[in-house]
Amino acid sequence: MERERKEFMVDQRELIHILHEVQNHYGYIPPQAISQISRKLRISESEIFGVLTFYKAFTLHPRGEHLITICMGTACHVRGAPMILDEFKRKLGVEPGETTGDNQFTLETVNCVGACALGPIAIGDGEYHGQMKTRDVDKIIEDLKPKKGKSAKNE
Amino acid sequence: MNEFNATHLDKIRDEISDSRKKQKTCITICGGTGCHAYGCLKVAEAFKEEIRKQKLQDSVEVRTTGCHGFCERGPIVVIQPEGIFYQRIKLSDINEVISETIINKKVINRLLYVDPRTNKEIILEKDVPFYKKQKRIVFSNNGFIDPTDIRDYIALGGYRALTKILFDMTSEEVIEEIKASGLRGRGGAGFLTGKKWEICRESNSHLKYVICNADEGDPGAYMDRSLLEGNPHSVIEGMIIGAYAIGASEGFIYVRMEYPLAVKNVTIALEQARKFGLLGKSILGSEFQFDIHIFKGAGAFVSGEETSLMASIEGRRAFPRQRPPFPAQEGLWGKPTNINNVETWANVPYIINNGAEWYSGIGTKGSKGTKIFSLVGKINNTGLVEVPMGMTLKEIIYAIGGGVKNHKKFKAVQTGGPSGGCIPADMLDLPIDFETLTKAGSMMGSGGMIVMDEDTCMVDVARYFLDFTQQESCGKCVPCRVGTRQLVEILTRITKGEGQEEDIDRLEDLARTIKAGSLCGLGQTAPNPVLTTLRYFKDEYEAHIRDKNCPALVCKELIIYHIEPQKCVGCLLCLKNCPVEAISGERKKVHVIDQDLCIKCGACFDVCPPKVQAVSKYTGKKRDRILQKPSEKRVQK
Repeated sequence: MERERKEFMVDQRELIHILHEVQNHYGYIPPQAISQISRKLRISESEIFGVLTFYKAFTLHPRGEHLITICMGTACHVRGAPMILDEFKRKLGVEPGETTGDNQFTLETVNCVGACALGPIAIGDGEYHGQMKTRDVDKIIEDLKPKKGKSAKNE
Repeated sequence: MNEFNATHLDKIRDEISDSRKKQKTCITICGGTGCHAYGCLKVAEAFKEEIRKQKLQDSVEVRTTGCHGFCERGPIVVIQPEGIFYQRIKLSDINEVISETIINKKVINRLLYVDPRTNKEIILEKDVPFYKKQKRIVFSNNGFIDPTDIRDYIALGGYRALTKILFDMTSEEVIEEIKASGLRGRGGAGFLTGKKWEICRESNSHLKYVICNADEGDPGAYMDRSLLEGNPHSVIEGMIIGAYAIGASEGFIYVRMEYPLAVKNVTIALEQARKFGLLGKSILGSEFQFDIHIFKGAGAFVSGEETSLMASIEGRRAFPRQRPPFPAQEGLWGKPTNINNVETWANVPYIINNGAEWYSGIGTKGSKGTKIFSLVGKINNTGLVEVPMGMTLKEIIYAIGGGVKNHKKFKAVQTGGPSGGCIPADMLDLPIDFETLTKAGSMMGSGGMIVMDEDTCMVDVARYFLDFTQQESCGKCVPCRVGTRQLVEILTRITKGEGQEEDIDRLEDLARTIKAGSLCGLGQTAPNPVLTTLRYFKDEYEAHIRDKNCPALVCKELIIYHIEPQKCVGCLLCLKNCPVEAISGERKKVHVIDQDLCIKCGACFDVCPPKVQAVSKYTGKKRDRILQKPSEKRVQK
């Protein structure tokens, strides 16, 4: 964080850049980061909190091991994205924006990824799965899960 | 002093063109995000690898280019200079393409696009109907350029317009030219670009800014991203020209964070432009200085509104503010600022190069030039299409888009994103321009065009858009913050079959209040999807409210899945795929869905073989009749 701090000028205009960097580095915005940024940029913590909660890019909680993102764009919607989202919600037992209890999966939605020819789309750890059907949901979750045999060997 | 000047640039251009002529064949692979999702990068790598293996590097070039637009058929490979168009290329096709097409000069019929209407194979890219009816100006170079190599852009005449204005035109002349062209903002509102520049130029300040609005938030629209990803220098050149005309010294490109490839390509392009003396101090040896920074958005739809966008660049919450003062007078950090959309900027170099007269010869009386639409949804040819203003919806959807998917019936086309509206089938002859769309209750917006078929429920679509705007409302104006929430609640109630007779009036009343009482474009246009669906599809609302009937069979609470006993062959497929074990039955015996357990996920509907089609959806009275049948109760295990 020290290094990140030095890279930026002391100015409110750098706030969003800094938040992006912190989010990328830690996967969320830790509370300590808010107070450090506040001191450095001379902006109140409440102001920083206001900005970071306004934008979807920043989270106050760490994400799970794997990130599943469902595109909720209009093209995906008319092709049945809500059914796909429902199935992920049911299978993982979480709402969008939440992480499973075992910290394995975070489920998120995105407004549009602009790959509309493939809709409905689910993205598992950056890999695009197009023309999704409800029955494909299971496979995506299973493929992301750590392989039992492998992890046993590692232990 | 800048070591590069205009003469240098011309020399570089000639050098590149000469060296390019020696290259005989160029395999171009579409590198847009759509094709990325199809795995085009692996295809490009494999081509390069194979060319190396066969020692063909000297005669064949492999180039990952900008988006070709025909996303439906990705990954797309076009072999230049002939223009042979191969679609849906797989890794296993690569050796054959090289041995047959590159070496033996033979076309592989299997990889060609087949026109579904004539069943004829089409060899050349320009003959594919999807491209043939388009008029590609802004998109013309996307398929030839490697966006990460500035020399590709320069070789095709890039930055020639910049040289022209820097040394042969005064800033007033540039503004006059843009005004005469009739170019209007492509971001949605359609304000005259030249006029906007003039106001900003006349504002008195030593410090001025220009901004490129690339916060393309409308779901289903991605033309701006394709331009930034595929031909970033055309946008940058347009911005430098605009800055020169206005007298700005600093510029920003505000890119949506969901577009990582655009951020990457623009960053590379800016670095290269600086290296070539096209940005920075004394551009191309002139006295003009200007530089551009990239600003990554943080995921807020409202930041596409110009005053919100500026608040965001300033590091604050993206709240819109009252206008006037307009950004052209008081914008970023209180200084005069000119903000234009990506597509608007990209049009500028073409106007300077070809003249205002040429540009104003394209399009309609009030709307000049071309417009890029992203044609998506239930359409055969999903992709980006650039057409002259004034083309009819029918031409775009049928002649270019190839009609509705799976031979379904066309119901509506949604334009203008969450601020727009749905246009019904009987208005398909509408020529598209700024005015006609507004008159129809919709708007141009950034150019999303989402096709909906008979399986799309219009109440559900309205609910979807309002849900979107409600979540994206920044909360500053009460009518927008609270009103959109109320609209969502009423619409949700209707889709659940709990609608009340007065709800339609309530919706209209609320919609008018929100429109009147909101500060920015988001609130003022948020009710449009409700108002247009009410205007053209009122019967669907009434069916939901009165008969608890979803005619399109979409709203979960109003439909049931039912296995037709006379059609079911007892294959166990649906039974195995049902995630909640709601289906009972045995092999070769009719299966039955337990309606109490069914979660309506649609898995049985999807897996039932097309030949059998035993799973049906029912709503309204038919649904009630089936629910009363004793056979629908579960057979005890």
